[in-house]
Amino acid sequence: MVPKLTDYKTAVHNDWCPGCGDFGIVNALQMALSEMGIERDKAAIFSGIGCSGKTSHYINTYGVHTLHGRVLTFAQGGKLANPEMTVVAVGGDGDGLGIGAGHFVAAGRRNVDMTYIIFDNGVYGLTKGQASPTLKLGEKTKSLPSPNTNYNVNPIGLAVASGFTFVARGYSYDIRHLKDLIIKAVNHKGLSFLDVLQPCPTYNDINTRDWYAGADLATDSVQRHSRIYKLEDTHYDPVVHYAQEAEVNEKLSQALIKSLEWDTKIPTGVFYQNELVSTYATRLTDKIPNYLENPPAKQKISENGLPATDVSEILKSLEV
Amino acid sequence: MGSVDFSWLIGGPQGSGVESGANIFSKVCAELGYQIFGKREFYSNIKGEHSYFIVRVSDEKIRSNVNDVSLMISFDAETIFRHFDEVSENGAIIYDSDLEDADTDKVRTLDTPFKERLHNFLESKDKPFTISGVLELAKDKGVRLFPVSFKSLLESLSEEVDNPKLRGLVRMYNVIGVSLSLGLIKMPSDSLLRSIDSIFAKKPQIARLNKQAATYSYNHAATKFNGFEQTLTGTTKESDTIIVQGHYGTSIGKMVSGCRFQSYYPITPASDESVHLESNEMLGVRNGRPGSIAVIQTEDEISAIGMMIGAALTGTRSSTSTSGPGFALMTEALGWAGINEVPVVITLYQRSGPSTGLPTRHGQDDLLFTVFAGHGDFPKLVYASGDIEESFYDTGRCFNYADIYQIPVIHMMDKFLSSSVVTCKKFDPEKITINRGKLVDRVDGKYKRFAFTDDGISPRSRLGLDNGIFWNTGDESDEYGHITEDPQIRIKMMDKRMSRLDLALEQIPNDEQVASFGVHEFTIISWGSTKGPILDALSMIKRDGIDVGFLQIKLLHPFPGQYVKSLLSEARTIIDVEANHSGQLGKIFQQNISRDVDYYILKYTGRAMTSTEIYDSLRKIVENRAEKREVLSHGA
Repeated sequence: MVPKLTDYKTAVHNDWCPGCGDFGIVNALQMALSEMGIERDKAAIFSGIGCSGKTSHYINTYGVHTLHGRVLTFAQGGKLANPEMTVVAVGGDGDGLGIGAGHFVAAGRRNVDMTYIIFDNGVYGLTKGQASPTLKLGEKTKSLPSPNTNYNVNPIGLAVASGFTFVARGYSYDIRHLKDLIIKAVNHKGLSFLDVLQPCPTYNDINTRDWYAGADLATDSVQRHSRIYKLEDTHYDPVVHYAQEAEVNEKLSQALIKSLEWDTKIPTGVFYQNELVSTYATRLTDKIPNYLENPPAKQKISENGLPATDVSEILKSLEV
Repeated sequence: MGSVDFSWLIGGPQGSGVESGANIFSKVCAELGYQIFGKREFYSNIKGEHSYFIVRVSDEKIRSNVNDVSLMISFDAETIFRHFDEVSENGAIIYDSDLEDADTDKVRTLDTPFKERLHNFLESKDKPFTISGVLELAKDKGVRLFPVSFKSLLESLSEEVDNPKLRGLVRMYNVIGVSLSLGLIKMPSDSLLRSIDSIFAKKPQIARLNKQAATYSYNHAATKFNGFEQTLTGTTKESDTIIVQGHYGTSIGKMVSGCRFQSYYPITPASDESVHLESNEMLGVRNGRPGSIAVIQTEDEISAIGMMIGAALTGTRSSTSTSGPGFALMTEALGWAGINEVPVVITLYQRSGPSTGLPTRHGQDDLLFTVFAGHGDFPKLVYASGDIEESFYDTGRCFNYADIYQIPVIHMMDKFLSSSVVTCKKFDPEKITINRGKLVDRVDGKYKRFAFTDDGISPRSRLGLDNGIFWNTGDESDEYGHITEDPQIRIKMMDKRMSRLDLALEQIPNDEQVASFGVHEFTIISWGSTKGPILDALSMIKRDGIDVGFLQIKLLHPFPGQYVKSLLSEARTIIDVEANHSGQLGKIFQQNISRDVDYYILKYTGRAMTSTEIYDSLRKIVENRAEKREVLSHGA
């Protein structure tokens, strides 16, 4: 029986603040899983710590709510041991780009076939609004005692530089577009990264829903003034087609340049995609030919309670 | 002890082939039927600092090193300066005669504190600060000296075999030294050549050159070196004997136990195990498709434990291997595995701390840290192996404990074990059993991962199992795994998890918890790698007519207090032996048993205990002339 959208929702009470951008992301994720028809027991949502960390409890698939900053490590372990799972990792920008930044970079280098979604709101919400890695230098959100003293991380730029092979940005109030991006990200062969702009109505009084909508830019109420635009509506082509060095460099550079746009024009959509890079599973298969047919989670290790592994050759080589 | 007890030492700068020299010697000994116990000491350095290997040889089982060296082979000055005093009065030194004039200031790697001690000593004996000076002292003691110019030896060999390449080939000095020693003690030369072939199996060209040098040096010693009485000509070989490196017990143990995922971050002395696993990543499986172990090198130890837990959630037997500094980074995630009831095995190869400490030296100073690792109350099991052979079987036990009790297990090993090379009984995989506990293959109806049950252990699903959906969280959770802050559920969940500790103590057989080697008026308590030197010291003191008991405590958490207490009821004097400063087992012992430790034998120089040292301290204790804390210091 094909699961319905409601099958992907749990009965767990959702305690995010009213108006929180996180709702849009969890809805888009459930819609994407449903539209792709991924069986519930073949999907696992791994989450970090913070408001976004609760996401895994709201989705009716396997759900692993991990530690602050460490979600990618758990998720990669799960995927590598059981590659038949569809794995989506989620977490906040503080989780993934502050405490977890080292894992973010290392995950890019591995290119495990899974998806990572950052709920990007510029603040540490659950600890009452401290500045997080994507908040700009000098900005003062409402609970900060003084303006932010750190330069911001550029998530798209960092992902591109770290080796992520699919890099995109969505906006949590454009759920349909976000759902489409999630489907593309999950279908991508390799590690996909989705930066989702997600207003925190309680603590980020700068990058609000109105700000993204460009209310402050409006000079005339009928003028289209949203800051957000879609790359696919322009002539931007994010895809690496031939895997030649010159083309790869060009696509990486254009993604990096695009990622620097902010203030009045904020691009969403796919910045970069390269499926010609080997996934980590392929790299393992080069060493372990039957890795995908007989991955760690599926292996027979015992027979009638005794070990099935035959180490007689190793032991023979040690005989004196 | 048998009729043969011979200790052979080779030293040289790191990177000069000390280890392969010792491997050649060890292999020859093993082939001749001897039992060996070898130990490597080295600096945290790639090239140049002093390293040495000491191999003790006997015709009976031996488990440790002793203080006295029977034969020392040195091809640099530093080895002589550092070790001349260890050679016993009926021992011998083979050395490079071109070094005779070298003085201590020429050896840049001699550190100031050592040099000062040596200078004071030489001054008191009225000797110059040179190789000749220290060798005179050895000679005065009765040590036989066998000088040979390594340079001239290579030159004449080069002429004889007409191979100019051999001239000045200093990287052959190790093989020359080893071969000279074999010629001196009359070991058969064909064994030597076979051993070289097997060590350089992948480099036939190098093997050929080395064999030329070996034969020439061997003959030189056999004909020119006279007057040394001790020989090693062979003994009856025990069947089913293997020669193993320290980390083989846990690595082969992991293959056999069905561990199929290991994540790790490089750290001394743990990474050798992971490298060995990766080198053997394809695994033969009886009546099944070929298996494999995925060995993943991570960006840090936090990632290593995170990946291991992620893999374990799929039902895969998973592990990591680390040392103290890495384990310190893992403690947050250890608690996550605890609250989420994830079976994982962490193999902890201790080294000497705190902080980076003595990064390539031995220590057992992580016991208290390991027992108390992690914030909050959660169940875990801490288990320690006493030797390499035991570590193979213990690895199987650790995976079973983890699966049965659904808790993290920390398997404690250390640097002494990891850098030893020993002969032992061939590992028997049939003696390992595999018990997955309540891991389920199918789920019918509504599933609750953390369902309350009579024994406190819930049926365990795994990621990807049909109908087996569960949630995990590091927060307190309900039976499904969803977050809860309900005070009543909190009590039930805490009680459920913590009840495993009592259950483990009740169910794990006594002889898996504690190995008793007899209890007497004087009885030792100890844990881990001190086992070998203690057992050898006990046979030494038994020859004096004194029986000393010994309890090797293997299960360190939960601590088998009642059982240990009952075992010790006849013991009047308790002696705690450990390689740390504070007597950490002693603290756990007192806390659990409300009984004082009478004496401590402790060592925290970073060097493993010798059986001689323990014997000496035991004599003092028995004769009532010991300090409460006997602090050992032997070894360079």
